[in-house]
Amino acid sequence: MTSRVLDLDRTGGSTGADHSARTGHSENLTFEPSLAINDLTVAYDGKPAIWDLDLNVPPGVLMGIVGPNGAGKTTLIKAALNLIPRAAGSILFFGRTYDRVRQRVGYVPQRGSVDWDFPTTVLDVVTMGLYGRVGWIRRTGAHERRLAMEALEQVGMTEFSDRQISQLSGGQQQRTFLARALVQDADIYFMDEPFAAVDAVTERAIIGILHQLRSRGKTVIVVHHDLQTVSDYFDWVTLLNVTVVAAGPVDSTFTTDLIERTYGGRVAALTPRDEREN
Amino acid sequence: MTLISRSRRKDRIVLTVAGAVLLLVVPVAALAGVRFTYTLRTVTAGGLFLGAISGSIGSFAVLRKQSLLGDALSHAALPGVGIAFLIAGRQLGALLVGAAAVSLMGVWFISLVTRMTRIKQDTAMGIVLTGWFAVGIGILTFIQQRPDASQSGLDSFIFGQAAAIVRQDVQLLAVVSVVMVVILILNWKEFKLVTFDPEFAKANGYRIGVFTALILGLVVTAVVMGLQLAGVVLMVGMLIGPGIAARQWTDRLEHMVLLAGIIGAIAGSTGAIVSSLDTDLPTGPMIILVNSAVVAISLLFAPGRGVVQDLLRRRDDRKRFAGGGQG
Repeated sequence: MTSRVLDLDRTGGSTGADHSARTGHSENLTFEPSLAINDLTVAYDGKPAIWDLDLNVPPGVLMGIVGPNGAGKTTLIKAALNLIPRAAGSILFFGRTYDRVRQRVGYVPQRGSVDWDFPTTVLDVVTMGLYGRVGWIRRTGAHERRLAMEALEQVGMTEFSDRQISQLSGGQQQRTFLARALVQDADIYFMDEPFAAVDAVTERAIIGILHQLRSRGKTVIVVHHDLQTVSDYFDWVTLLNVTVVAAGPVDSTFTTDLIERTYGGRVAALTPRDEREN
Repeated sequence: MTLISRSRRKDRIVLTVAGAVLLLVVPVAALAGVRFTYTLRTVTAGGLFLGAISGSIGSFAVLRKQSLLGDALSHAALPGVGIAFLIAGRQLGALLVGAAAVSLMGVWFISLVTRMTRIKQDTAMGIVLTGWFAVGIGILTFIQQRPDASQSGLDSFIFGQAAAIVRQDVQLLAVVSVVMVVILILNWKEFKLVTFDPEFAKANGYRIGVFTALILGLVVTAVVMGLQLAGVVLMVGMLIGPGIAARQWTDRLEHMVLLAGIIGAIAGSTGAIVSSLDTDLPTGPMIILVNSAVVAISLLFAPGRGVVQDLLRRRDDRKRFAGGGQG
């Protein structure tokens, strides 16, 4: 078991075929990886935040990215979305560059990245997810409104549609952002710490939606920091510390040994559940 | 449902009241004995246009937290006014182009200093703003010592002088204002998205550099057009005051921008009228006084966000919950 995972470590990830062999998802056999990263390096002020990173994510998985502070989790998804320049490497979505698949990529930024006192309503924020499709100059209409309301219903926020966004709780803000990503109807989603400082109800609501997305064949990539819940929430995991320490199915990858290697051996208390049981 | 209609109704009342006040500015002044001569009509129209434009465009500067940038822009424009006058004479168009070009150079220099040195942006703004302004004063002084400077009216660019505005100026300002409003309407969605969440916009494939530059272009245009009225020293108040006040009264971007335009128009026209009563009274301070009064009233009394209502609510809470503790 350990040697197999270490092998993953060396090759920087697992293939779709390997995933299907373990989980029985036969549709993954022939698909291109939904995300394929090769030799990615991102540097801030001469210091690499991501160093020579390889990662392949098969389609249809719900993947958590975990790692210590400063491991480059947010940097990784920002580089994937072309939000920050990369020093080297290539990133392909479904075998194509980001520019050609933008409409198929959804993004939920960190909640703290915007000013929630901005004068706008919940429905308006969700509708922003459709601006790209509506196009320049043209206005959003009844059709967009209906799609946005549907997304709000999915996240349980229907009655808040006309609220000014500063009146929302943290969990409601997060669900608003999630709804904005849902209306994009993307094939691959990137979410930056969607569970950060939200209440238990919101956390359950969000994880329910993530599972729904996966069951519809979407790939969902989530920056996550709570090691306790990794095994419950995700079926795929990437252990990150500047480069990929290990990536693969949670069962075989989220092991004490590899977690300690990722975090520098200081997380004895955070042993995954299945290992505790052994 | 009740919540929906209540916030919409509040916005409609606020906009109606503001619009009514704007319509009353001229009749009230006339009743108070102001004679609307040809010159005063021109000046009032100029103040109205400039106030409306700088107020509505300035809302974006407020929301993008670029108020200080507006101040840097206006101060940095002064040398441009002087240089343009030396080259082209007193042509408003040329003066505005010169002001915009030199002002943008100042902004570019600020970003250069921020990137290349260890100086932080606010410090870089402070030093560039004052440096450019000092150069501007120098050039203006030089111009005034020349024999043909007597009717140049360039010193009006420092504190603003509405009387310097002539009919052709108003026509130019009206045309530019209309173009700016059209740009604003066409790019409304994009401006909103880029201002609220630039990262999401970028991830969605928007070239945010283009829209950021477009917004900056509108702000620069509003600033240099307003210079003649408010002057480089006080222009930033005309830019951000209406936006700050309007934000207090509404939670919708479209209403905020509209209301800021109306407030700006009220301040601009009132300031122009008052200052024309006495030629020694500079327009800029008059406009800013009206503006500041509206800002103060809004910060204190606006429902939902005002200081007074906050204090009352806190007192109520204390009464209710402290009383509960004793019982």
